[in-house]
Amino acid sequence: MDELHQQKETNKYSIIIPTYNERLNVALIVYLVFKHLKDVDFEIIVVDDGSPDGTQDIVKQLQKVYGENRILLRARPRKLGLGTAYIHGLKHASGNFVVIMDADLSHHPKYLPNFIRKQAETGASIVTGTRYVNGGGVHGWNLMRKLTSRGANVLAQTFLWPGVSDLTGSFRLYKRSVLEDVINSCVSKGYVFQMEMIVRASRKGYHIEEVPITFVDRVYGSSKLGGSEIVEYLKGLVYLLVTT
Amino acid sequence: MKHIVKILTLLVAITAFWIGLLETSILPRSYTWLLPIYFIITLGCYGLLMVGVGLIQFRTCPEEAVLLQKDVIEAREFLKQKGVDVGSD
Repeated sequence: MDELHQQKETNKYSIIIPTYNERLNVALIVYLVFKHLKDVDFEIIVVDDGSPDGTQDIVKQLQKVYGENRILLRARPRKLGLGTAYIHGLKHASGNFVVIMDADLSHHPKYLPNFIRKQAETGASIVTGTRYVNGGGVHGWNLMRKLTSRGANVLAQTFLWPGVSDLTGSFRLYKRSVLEDVINSCVSKGYVFQMEMIVRASRKGYHIEEVPITFVDRVYGSSKLGGSEIVEYLKGLVYLLVTT
Repeated sequence: MKHIVKILTLLVAITAFWIGLLETSILPRSYTWLLPIYFIITLGCYGLLMVGVGLIQFRTCPEEAVLLQKDVIEAREFLKQKGVDVGSD
């Protein structure tokens, strides 16, 4: 316990949140992060891809409330993709750990202490959130969506042997150096990118641990998932089979 | 080694074993000829079983949505007080 406490004191966590039209959600998530990470040294890096809805104005208002050293706004001029958003955020990160999470509240900040604790207990290089184990779960998915998700997961488990139960989840904590190492070898887009990251990390032999999370489908704003998801997923699977 | 190579190696090993069985006739040939079909059926059953088990164990958590709504109300209240524009969405 003593060691845990000490780690909390010396470690710094950079939480990278890519946004596009998330003016309300980004405010809510910042509030919740501050609520749940009371005695942890952290910073929130918002990478906004030129949202027209005023997301950046809200972030500036939040900076006035919480301080410009705690909330960093590192905007980009337009939508440039998820992978490069993380690379961009990473350049400005000062922590020795990096957390990446979605801005749409499907990833609840209340799980952050679990990620940090799990990392401290195991010394893992990556802690990834999983919906598929005891204590995890989803809300707002119908049977079809669940079936697709499980089917996709069984396919990946059978062919890729990835060593983690939830490949496409994107709520993760990385040692900074590990993220830097893995991210540069990833070329996929969208959520196949999340899958590529964890598979490459697993192949490189990094120690990966999991914590259960619940996933509540987005509350505000429209979902950004397209119809060709399954095709993209299968392409991603084949790509990973031949390149990793 | 690329992962696809591992899987292909495994397939080649299984095929070699099967050809071995065919050649040496340890089992009656008619049985051996059917083995690949059994193998594929077993694989399919395994897949369906895993999807089924996964589906049963996949928890739905409506209570989390309720908790989140509470958090949202609490957050909006606080942020409004602090002058952050979280008004109508």
